[in-house]
Amino acid sequence: MLKSLKARLFQGHRTGKFPTSAPPALPENFAGRPEIDPGKPVDAAAVESVCPTHAAQVAGGKLAIDTGKCIFCGKCAEVCDAVKFGKEYRMAVMQKSDLISDGTPYTPPVPQQNALAELCGRSLKIRQVSAGGCAACELDFNVLNTLAWDMGRFGIQVVASPRHADCILVTGPVSQNMLLALKKTYDAAPRPVWVIACGSCAVSGGIFAGSPEVNDGVDSVLPVDLYIPGCPPHPSTVLEGIMRLMGQKTGKEVKA
Amino acid sequence: MESKFLFLANGTAAPFAAVPESGFDQFRTAVLEKVASGCRVMAFFAVPGGENSYQLIAVLGDPSQHGLLAARSSVTEKFASLTAECPSFNRFEREIWENTGLLPENHPWLKPLRFKHADPGVTGYFGMKGDAVHEVAVGPVHAGVIEPGHFRFECMGEDVYSLEISLGYQHRGIENMLLNGPDARTAHLLETAAGDSSIAAAVNYAQIAEALGAAEPDKAALKMRQIALELERCANHIGDLGALAGDVAFLPTASFCGRIRGEYLNMTAEFCGNRFGRTFVVPGGIRYQVTAQRAEKVRQWILRVAPELWNALELMFDSPTVLDRFENTGNVDKNTALALGLTGVAARASGLTPDARRDFPVNGAAAEPVGFAGCGDVFARAKVRYLELKKSHEFLLAALAEITGEVPGVPRSNWSAAADMIAVSVTEAWRGELCHVAVTGSDGKFRTYKIVDPSFHNWEGLAMALRGEQISNFPICNKSFNLSYCGHDL
Repeated sequence: MLKSLKARLFQGHRTGKFPTSAPPALPENFAGRPEIDPGKPVDAAAVESVCPTHAAQVAGGKLAIDTGKCIFCGKCAEVCDAVKFGKEYRMAVMQKSDLISDGTPYTPPVPQQNALAELCGRSLKIRQVSAGGCAACELDFNVLNTLAWDMGRFGIQVVASPRHADCILVTGPVSQNMLLALKKTYDAAPRPVWVIACGSCAVSGGIFAGSPEVNDGVDSVLPVDLYIPGCPPHPSTVLEGIMRLMGQKTGKEVKA
Repeated sequence: MESKFLFLANGTAAPFAAVPESGFDQFRTAVLEKVASGCRVMAFFAVPGGENSYQLIAVLGDPSQHGLLAARSSVTEKFASLTAECPSFNRFEREIWENTGLLPENHPWLKPLRFKHADPGVTGYFGMKGDAVHEVAVGPVHAGVIEPGHFRFECMGEDVYSLEISLGYQHRGIENMLLNGPDARTAHLLETAAGDSSIAAAVNYAQIAEALGAAEPDKAALKMRQIALELERCANHIGDLGALAGDVAFLPTASFCGRIRGEYLNMTAEFCGNRFGRTFVVPGGIRYQVTAQRAEKVRQWILRVAPELWNALELMFDSPTVLDRFENTGNVDKNTALALGLTGVAARASGLTPDARRDFPVNGAAAEPVGFAGCGDVFARAKVRYLELKKSHEFLLAALAEITGEVPGVPRSNWSAAADMIAVSVTEAWRGELCHVAVTGSDGKFRTYKIVDPSFHNWEGLAMALRGEQISNFPICNKSFNLSYCGHDL
């Protein structure tokens, strides 16, 4: 007991400042939302040939990157000066069309009607389902439960039973072998239920899109309320996205 | 007898035609003899030949020669199963049957592995009958944030007599997507086969690519790969030890480790921007330049965090309540581990000593393997992780100090694979040996790219660990293995 208390004092209070007062600390090579400079020339053949997921498409000389397909490998930025992967970690969107980055200014969208906040207030119970996920999305969602992030502070809690869930958070492209289990989990949750597609695979199939063994993303089988790009999404991207869906404020907004 | 096998050093290639071909009976006898004399089954798979025939290829690890042995045999329709004599072939033969239809005759219990052609989980299971017997079925969706799998416990009261694990829910068809590569997707598919072992997979792919024609990396880049691998090992071992603490309700260590694991992921991200090390290791070297300052920054970071880590872990290993739950729980004895071909942490905890870092070295000294004459219980699997963390830290601190100049990043290497070759690579991932085998065709494209995840060997070990246990001990047994579903399902 004394040893535990001593260790507790030694380890100190380590919950991060994000999202209550500071933006997240991101490493130098962090690849956030791709920014496109429409003023710079685009080598369509080079960009399209290096993109592993056909996220980067050029039409009429204009480059657009679908952040829902993108796995943030940054290969396009290596062959094309018009693309830069910046530090914008707020990538979650409610409408699929907002996933496209094409050079128009971006502000993280907010829900049009905040039904979730009206019904659930500051509480959100999430049932997570991995449907062909590679464990990276699952692990980096799980860290939000550690004391470093402590998402329980914001009323967000992972529950074991779909009966207790307001929300199903899906990772993975939805493998054929998980299709039935995912549908049953969704059906078992009380209505209304919100669905979050977390990670490129869940948004679009990601790197596995086109395989006959997968369904190319959650919205091919369930209606999706929040798309979180990333491979895997940084924990701050996931937390910020969920909090925005809930109508809660994050990062710098809190300070202001 | 030697002529029946081609010797390949780790991370090298040879003409496919140089792999000795023999009649199946001879092949079978030779392979079984090698395994009986201390070789490990690294891969056993079928490559399509001509006219309904397949080339069965066995790749064995020979620790005494520090290299790999390959042999092949041409078969049509069926072959005599090796599983009854050598249980490490069990999953390989089920896989061959599921992928090609080739029948392993007299396999003890042939059933789907990944349910590619059947509804997932729908198959015959081992069962018990009797008034006091009950069956507990769990999954595919489990109670936490965890991948899916189906578990069947045959119980009498609280005692588990048998656990059968049925997987395949995470099957994404990766090996089929790799055919006709290398292409823009190849490296990413391999990195996401098991997303918590991305660095190990990338190292394997880089070694395969370099064996088949990509530029050779310099020594400093190879050192950075070893550093990245040990950071991946540290993050995962710390996470596992924290999770084990959580499962016996020892919350201090669970909480501390949950936070400290993130420090090591962030160290990896310091080098490449991604917490899982995605795209850091590439054919030809590493992708992002590493400066001496950055290496020193991470070294200082480790020096800062390590005391907190040892404090968290020593607290747990000093706690009688924890030890009481860990010790003599989930035993897998040495002979069982050997027969099943267990690898990595699980094998070392059962008193075996396989470690690809020592057995199949690339670029000289890596982190020193832990030879732990373990008792095969949850405690041993936890203790092996703790000891490995110590060794990894020694290695990391020394290796990072060796980075005194700039290690250049290799953004893109244009390479094409040599035709009609076989290339093998084995890396000691944090769970154990991860093996990749590539076979190229006359056009230099992959005819086969075989991935053998350490979990492929180890799932059977978890099933055995539960025999005679209480069902309530399943969580700590499971966490003590912490196997990959997606790495198995591919």
